[in-house]
Amino acid sequence: MKYSYFPGCSLKGLGRAYEESLLPVMKHLGVELRELQDWNCCGATAYMSVDEEEACVLAARNLARAENHECLDLLTPCSACYLVLNKTQRNFREFPSVRASVERALATAKLPYQNRVKVRHPLDVLFHDVGIEAIRQKVVRPLRGLKVAPYYGCQLVRPYSTFDEAWNPVTMDRILEALGVEVLPYPLKTKCCGGSLTGTVPQVGLRLSYILLKEAVRRGADVIATICPLCQFNLDAYHSQIEKMWGPARIATVYFTQLMGLAFGLDPRTLGLRRNFVPMKPLPEAAAPSRAEKPNPATAGQTL
Amino acid sequence: MSASNGNGNGNGNRNGSQTGAIRIGFYVCHCGHNIGAVVDCAAVAHYVGTLPGVVLSRDYKYMCSDPGQELIQSDIREHRLNRVVVASCSPLLHEHTFRTAVERGGLNPFYFQMVNIREHNSWVHNDRELATVKAKAQARAAVERVRYHDSLRTTRVPIQPDVLVVGGGISGIHAALTLGNAGKKVFLVEREPSIGGHMAQFDKTFPTLDCAACILTPKMSAVRAHENITLWTYSEVAKVEGYVGNYTVTIRRRPRYVIEDLCVGCLECVGKCIYKEAKFPDDFNVGLSRRKPIYIPFPQAVPQVVLIDPERCLQVKTGKCKKTCLEACADRKAIDFSQQEELVQIKVGTIILATGFKLFDAKRIPQYGYGLYPNVVTSLELERLVTSSGPTSGEIILRDGSKPRTAGFILCVGSRDTRTNRWCSRTCCMHSMKLAQLFKEHTQADVTIFYMDIRAPGKGCEEFYDKSLREGIRFVRGRVAEVTDWALAPEEEGKLVIRVEDTLAGFVRRIPVDMIVLAVGMEPQADSQAMRRLFNLSCSTEGWFLEKHPKLAPVSTFTDGIFIAGCCQGPKDIPDSIAQAGAAAAECLALIDRGYIEQEPNTAHIHEENCSGCKSCLPLCPYTAISFDETVGRARINEALCKGCGTCVASCPSGAIGQHLFEDEQIFKEIEGILA
Repeated sequence: MKYSYFPGCSLKGLGRAYEESLLPVMKHLGVELRELQDWNCCGATAYMSVDEEEACVLAARNLARAENHECLDLLTPCSACYLVLNKTQRNFREFPSVRASVERALATAKLPYQNRVKVRHPLDVLFHDVGIEAIRQKVVRPLRGLKVAPYYGCQLVRPYSTFDEAWNPVTMDRILEALGVEVLPYPLKTKCCGGSLTGTVPQVGLRLSYILLKEAVRRGADVIATICPLCQFNLDAYHSQIEKMWGPARIATVYFTQLMGLAFGLDPRTLGLRRNFVPMKPLPEAAAPSRAEKPNPATAGQTL
Repeated sequence: MSASNGNGNGNGNRNGSQTGAIRIGFYVCHCGHNIGAVVDCAAVAHYVGTLPGVVLSRDYKYMCSDPGQELIQSDIREHRLNRVVVASCSPLLHEHTFRTAVERGGLNPFYFQMVNIREHNSWVHNDRELATVKAKAQARAAVERVRYHDSLRTTRVPIQPDVLVVGGGISGIHAALTLGNAGKKVFLVEREPSIGGHMAQFDKTFPTLDCAACILTPKMSAVRAHENITLWTYSEVAKVEGYVGNYTVTIRRRPRYVIEDLCVGCLECVGKCIYKEAKFPDDFNVGLSRRKPIYIPFPQAVPQVVLIDPERCLQVKTGKCKKTCLEACADRKAIDFSQQEELVQIKVGTIILATGFKLFDAKRIPQYGYGLYPNVVTSLELERLVTSSGPTSGEIILRDGSKPRTAGFILCVGSRDTRTNRWCSRTCCMHSMKLAQLFKEHTQADVTIFYMDIRAPGKGCEEFYDKSLREGIRFVRGRVAEVTDWALAPEEEGKLVIRVEDTLAGFVRRIPVDMIVLAVGMEPQADSQAMRRLFNLSCSTEGWFLEKHPKLAPVSTFTDGIFIAGCCQGPKDIPDSIAQAGAAAAECLALIDRGYIEQEPNTAHIHEENCSGCKSCLPLCPYTAISFDETVGRARINEALCKGCGTCVASCPSGAIGQHLFEDEQIFKEIEGILA
């Protein structure tokens, strides 16, 4: 299995732990990733809200570069990048003015663009291409006894629910279950983490983060698993401020790929776990390795 | 020009007075502003007046009015007109009106042609100049065509007086009883094992709070006992053939493995079933209780007869069961495992469809948590909980058996929403208020209704809303965003939390409750499209059966002799369903009691001199109206059997078959006229 890979700025900076865990996990599963040559900023939500058309031009440059790759499936782990690239493709398809601007701009850079790239999220690839069974096969250190609150954030399934349900996404739940963890029912799965408001209007932004943390603690979670660099940062970095305003809600937030790495028996020191502000608690006592973990009955009824 | 073909009823004969010159009278109608605002009617009249053969051309404000019709009649007499053309609305609306006027003026009514310059022109165009050009072309085509019209006569076909009613809910029951009481034979076909429909599942009815069973069950029993009603439950319509007055309908009767006439409903067999425990979900109680493979749908079921679920019964599934039910039934011998599906053919003249609705599946709105949180229930589930004959004997309890102390009703679930159904289901406001009142009465709980608008236009309904307010039911205006179980404040622990923007207070609220009731809306039946094709009906884009006219023909359909009543036409409450059922029954009676159907003289006829006797038309006729006369070697058409479908006309290799009202020269002249 081969994919082009668009890391975006987060995975090279703030969300480095995501890349540090994603790459070895994918390699371990036999998925080959080829990083896009000379990629640029996706523009994120900031540029989109200033000038949508120009933001699309910026993002489309990455898509055009991806078309030169052998594989047209572009793995995009960061939720903001994933949303922006999807939105760019839709705008290109549906709005002639955007299409004209993008084509004009890319033509000056001699980059023909045909909108042929398929933007793929790691959850999508792991669930649909690799498959739950293949993941289960690789588990050597089942994370049995670990209670996880699955947190997807808002951008993965909204407004475009391309591969999972908008109101109750479940692909990460299924993957985590294959690792042997206990996935808790967590109705805040797709609620806002505060986004950039944690920095600009902390009273509002941090409260949203606090609600997520508190509910995970209330439900007895050991750790929150996420898929988005900004969510991970917001839920991890502001504990002292949150504690001062509303009281303690201390719980670690990690990338789901880090949990996969642990279950696959990869060296924990290479998975970026030491980058957390709130460190993950030691894993529950290792259970006897088992390759046939049963799905968690609490969430087993939910289907994709 | 079509010549007389000696077919016996005089159709096709030229009127004796018509041998002279063609004298056409032309009228263009303004229809108030409907046509006049877009088409320059005076210009059209002036233009048509210049066409050869037209001796008189007028424009008039309302041609369908009495003076308008009178104008045609007096002109025929004064100007010795022998052809009339009216350019106005759709022939569906007024062709009959003008044909009658022409006839009263002393002409054969088929020397008339109508031009539709409203639906086909003014209502769909706005460029006055171009619309006028088009109207002139349309009028010219009709003027060219009408010259070649023949003098024709309508035929009368006797009507079969029996009626088929499809669907045994309150609408079907009422229609069947009305017709039966009028002395007509009625076949009532119901898909479920008992009649009663949704109303049988209700506890009380709004706004009077009278007991639903008390008013419904006497009607159900009356159906069973009625000498004029043949009741077939557990049956479906498989095939419909024929036309108004003469439908042949095939009914598929599913095997219930119990002989209806022998079973007395003693339920001994149910007690003795090899399954000691009732373990299968009970449809009537929307899965809130369990039943056995042999069961009766509900205590008041009509017919009062058990049935065997073939999906669950060991004997039916595997053939290996001790058949303790047979022993229990003993000498009655009502249980019969050899029963097979049966097809029955009946002949009826008219059909009433009262096939009802299905409820919106609340799982389609995942944010309301139905199926995820056990104490989120639908309005129908609560209806069963509150009924004394229901699974909890009328006690409203949470899934853990405790009593709810607070409840929230969410309105418009699936309704008035572009993502699901755009329509208002009309009954949910009142239905929810009724349930809220009963909820409060049974549990003394705090009840809050979350609504967008309260719609209470029915008789006594606004007063019922007022009563709800006075009884202390709270109303919060706003579409609920979500139902969740994450707790922010201590009082939310262990509760379901409703998040809603209170649009009157102007802020977002979180309201914790024990139980949530979703007022699910109504939807067309899942198989409404199949039914539509079976009965040759139209559906609105939403899937409701379409009435012929939304105001003037609310229970008629575009297929003559087929009527609709109740919720298959759109959401409505019990009084409205009954009113429609009565109206549909009256429409049937109007047809039946006239005794005959007047048929358009659009039959096919053979030009014998051209018929080569190849017989290729014979097998094509769906009505076996064509026979072969061996003595002369020509095909013959029986006009009484011909339905005017035109199949033989189009297929005859010698062009030897013509069709009244659609003769070749009429069509060609019409085309020439429009292209001229």
